[in-house]
Amino acid sequence: MAGGLSNLRRPFDRGVEDKHDRRECPMAQYAILLYAKAPADSADLTPEERAAHARHAEEVPALGGQLLAAFALQPTTVATSIHGDVITDGPFLDAKEVVAGVYVIEAADLDAALEIARRNPATQQGGGVEVRPVASGFISPTAKG
Amino acid sequence: MTDPDAITAAVADAHRRGWALVLAATARVARDLDLAEECVQEAYAAALATWPRSGVPREPVAWLTTTAKRRALDVLRREQVFRTKLPLLLDPDEPAADEVSLAEEQAMVQPEPADVVPDERLRLIFLCCHPALAQDAQMALTLRLVCGVPTSDLARVFLVSEPTMAARLTRAKKKISVARIPYRMPSAAALPDRLAGVLGVIHLLFTMGHTAPAGDSLTRTELMDQALHLARMLRELMPDEPEVAGLLALLLLSYARRSTRVDERGRLLRLREQDRSRWDRSAIADARELIAAGLRNGRAGRYLLQAAIASLYVEASTYGRTDWKQILALYDQLLRVWPSPVVALNRTVALAEVHGPEAALVEVEALEKDHRLAGYQYLPAIKADLLSRLGRAEAAAAAYRQALELTTNAVERAFLAERLGQAS
Repeated sequence: MAGGLSNLRRPFDRGVEDKHDRRECPMAQYAILLYAKAPADSADLTPEERAAHARHAEEVPALGGQLLAAFALQPTTVATSIHGDVITDGPFLDAKEVVAGVYVIEAADLDAALEIARRNPATQQGGGVEVRPVASGFISPTAKG
Repeated sequence: MTDPDAITAAVADAHRRGWALVLAATARVARDLDLAEECVQEAYAAALATWPRSGVPREPVAWLTTTAKRRALDVLRREQVFRTKLPLLLDPDEPAADEVSLAEEQAMVQPEPADVVPDERLRLIFLCCHPALAQDAQMALTLRLVCGVPTSDLARVFLVSEPTMAARLTRAKKKISVARIPYRMPSAAALPDRLAGVLGVIHLLFTMGHTAPAGDSLTRTELMDQALHLARMLRELMPDEPEVAGLLALLLLSYARRSTRVDERGRLLRLREQDRSRWDRSAIADARELIAAGLRNGRAGRYLLQAAIASLYVEASTYGRTDWKQILALYDQLLRVWPSPVVALNRTVALAEVHGPEAALVEVEALEKDHRLAGYQYLPAIKADLLSRLGRAEAAAAAYRQALELTTNAVERAFLAERLGQAS
């Protein structure tokens, strides 16, 4: 997925309780979680599938959205989970599909976000996506990508 | 006019005809569905209180809309600071109430010209049937917001407790506001899919009313009535959509036969046993016109084709004169636009009439392998009927027993039990 942290225009600003929030921030932020067949190893992607993901990152602005952050994750074979005090090897939930990556977009409303999300190649590669409105958050502007 | 009965009737009429309009218009001002509902309810209460003195206004729905919008603006101004817990309903075309000047406010509470008003109801319908909401929430929300059905009644028809129903509605409204499901018409590109969703909700409501999933009575009339009301409203709002015409026609054709589906003792009657003279001829005539109009408007979709099939069933003067060949041809067309296993199963009924029960049985047995029909009670019921027509009594009895195991509606169970008794 293209677009490192340097692409981030500004920190997320939805965490603050502000009654003018809607007008000062006409766009909303949505996290799009990518799910792929476990262990969601990006090395398993064909060159065509990889290219489709790159194209998707580029088409987001044309669809009226803005890519704020994007991360592709290493496979769940190298994941470590902690339930309470217990540390275990592997993903948090033992499922057929697991989180493969996440990106955050700005879009006008849910319809606009869904229009972007449904074009994510993961939906055509045996997996899918989950769209979650962002409640709050930030990325340190000094972080090095 | 101070006759209390006449006032009550006028308010009831304005509720039935106008609720969706009043709520849709108020929601634009309130930008919050709960507040809009509150204000609309208060406006109807105000009508009951003031109309006996002032008389019924010439435009009752416009009066209610103005009253409800004004209340919403008052509340917003008074509670501006407190109404920040949830984001506002997203209406891309409407300025927020606290930015509105007095002159603009005057314009906002004025009734709008009739030609822009219908869109408001459409927005509301598309909002309630948004695919991001669970389907049971879509149905409940549509009945609550578009038809004005009280939560207590919704709980009763959906067979859940009132707190459960209230929680379902609250959850849906919270999602609309937090996830920012927009209060507007879908884009032209998305319209066919979104319209299919709306039609699906209305159809499901009607079906639930037509055959109650469980319980002693076969129908829940209120659900059928509300679904018909919604289909009529949608037809009025989208007169050029053939599938809207198709859905309304389909519902009317079922509705026309509602009183003949069971006999005086509540026993289920098959189509061939129903008293055709008691069918509602004016509903059937309306349906026929809708089908003709829909077919003129382009390629026939699933609802129009289903309605065309249903109309052939009811137009025959006797069961024996049913045009099965034409029905089978329509089923073939329907399967192409809507390749559903349930359609394929229903097609076998026509197939049996055209090519005989043996040919139909072959297809039913093939459909048994489709896992999507596993647990579908009408498959073994149809199979049993075919087997008994072929004189295979033992196999027919087994199929009837299987159908009985899957059926929960008491009237349908009684029918199957009787058929089982005849077969074995």
